[in-house]
Amino acid sequence: MKNMALAQDSTFQVQAVRRDFPVLARLIHGKPLAYLDNGASAQRPNAVIDAVDDYERHHHANIHRGVHTLSQEATALYEAARDRLVRFLNARSRHEIVFVRGTTEAINLVAQSHARTTLKSGDEILITHLEHHANIVPWQLVCEQTGAKLVVAPMDETGDVNFEAVEALMNDRTRLFACAHVSNALGTVLPVKRLVAAARARGIVTLIDGAQAVPHMPVDVQDLGCDFYAFSGHKLFGPTGIGVLYGREAMLERMPPWQGGGDMILTVTFAKTTFNGLPYKFEAGTPNISGAIGLGAAVRYLEGLDFAGSRAHEHALLDYATAALSKSEGLRIVGTAKDKASLVSVVVKGVHPHELGTILDEEGIAIRTGHHCAMPVMDFFKLPATARASFAFYNTFDEIDRLSMAVERARTLFA
Amino acid sequence: MELNDLYRDVILDHNRRPRNFGPLDPADASIEGFNPLCGDRLTVRLKMAGDAICDIRFEGEGCAISTASASLMTEAVKGKSRGEALALFDRVHHLLTDDDASSEELGKLAALSGVREFPARVKCASLCWHTLASALKASDAQALPAVSTE
Repeated sequence: MKNMALAQDSTFQVQAVRRDFPVLARLIHGKPLAYLDNGASAQRPNAVIDAVDDYERHHHANIHRGVHTLSQEATALYEAARDRLVRFLNARSRHEIVFVRGTTEAINLVAQSHARTTLKSGDEILITHLEHHANIVPWQLVCEQTGAKLVVAPMDETGDVNFEAVEALMNDRTRLFACAHVSNALGTVLPVKRLVAAARARGIVTLIDGAQAVPHMPVDVQDLGCDFYAFSGHKLFGPTGIGVLYGREAMLERMPPWQGGGDMILTVTFAKTTFNGLPYKFEAGTPNISGAIGLGAAVRYLEGLDFAGSRAHEHALLDYATAALSKSEGLRIVGTAKDKASLVSVVVKGVHPHELGTILDEEGIAIRTGHHCAMPVMDFFKLPATARASFAFYNTFDEIDRLSMAVERARTLFA
Repeated sequence: MELNDLYRDVILDHNRRPRNFGPLDPADASIEGFNPLCGDRLTVRLKMAGDAICDIRFEGEGCAISTASASLMTEAVKGKSRGEALALFDRVHHLLTDDDASSEELGKLAALSGVREFPARVKCASLCWHTLASALKASDAQALPAVSTE
């Protein structure tokens, strides 16, 4: 009963919250599901499932097209979701919220529409060592296309990114700075507000990959001061295939469309096409309407939660898991930065992460094993892979106890 | 689905003490296999005497299933002809993917049959075999491309 003191400290009603997520009642191999893979994709509450279901059953039609009732209803629901995201991120207006497929598409949009059209040979794009591949490869493509150079700010052995070390690499050739708000492989929270301020002081355009941050902390894009902020719906308890690119209006205004098609135009003749205004200029084709509505519902659900309570609970989970796993012989936590979001990446001596993944799955525990789409991070730590448990507010101390026990079982099997 | 069926003693033993592990110099063929899904990476090296595999060694970094499978494979194909080794590759491939596959006369390789109950792990067990097959199929042993399970 070692967890009772911690559990009672929290006023957050985790059991009540768990009932909002139907999948959490599932049995896996006869055991209750312990879903500790939220960093890869979070589960959906009834509020999201019902909103999507209601739309599909009663309101579906194409948006921005017809005068008929369904089209107007679909349009209203889709645009209401956008308005909710404006408030969620504290953007200035709905012109600044572009619906995309996810974080990856958002970054590629900025890479191709902004960076490719403005960078030239000799310019520099600055990122950090702990980025997800989605915040590396789009910039490498731009570098190939423009002759710009990719510069990588270092990470220390705890998996932390030092502000001064990044700032030292900002110079008069740096045109763009892109970094994660939270590292997906290690959990490190980056000092993005200071980094953005340092970049902006030098006239450097900034993009923050917020995929791992929005589920864990309030994000205010005006307070951060960044030019772009990107995240995915499915990591925020919403559907897959929908995400958001926030862009400062003045930036988006200057950028050319990156995909052409329907909805992004005002008039088309074979001689000349004029483009639609923001944000539609960047939403060519019929979008993921139900996805956007589901994401709006996810945000509404989160707004109804005790966010301070859920954050405190998540931090208690992180502290508890860190302490419990540290006791395990031969286990090493990879990523020990001071400021971390609630995930723990581990390696266990003698037990390959894949074995850990399989053995945990037999216990009903879902974790992620592999390189986490962050191969440079794995190379830095000279590891082929890690096993990562990533928590959400619906996880419990009991699930972490089960995780620790299953790790012990794996260790014994391979000892 | 039982973990004991996946982690049979033979598998655990070959993971702990992989046979024919290490460099082989000189080798007639050296080919790298890579499973981008999990980061498993191994190199299989062959020495041929005419049509026969007279020596085979492997090295690299992988999970228990991929290490044990590679170790068992090197034991099983040493001394075999190209055709015999490829026939064995086919049988193991069936063993890993087909519920009705027989493990008769496969000897220790039969221990790999537990893997098929764990679909996420089939690629771990088959990586070394795909690597060997492409080494054997390639005519120019010196200019072999890397193999990927993706």
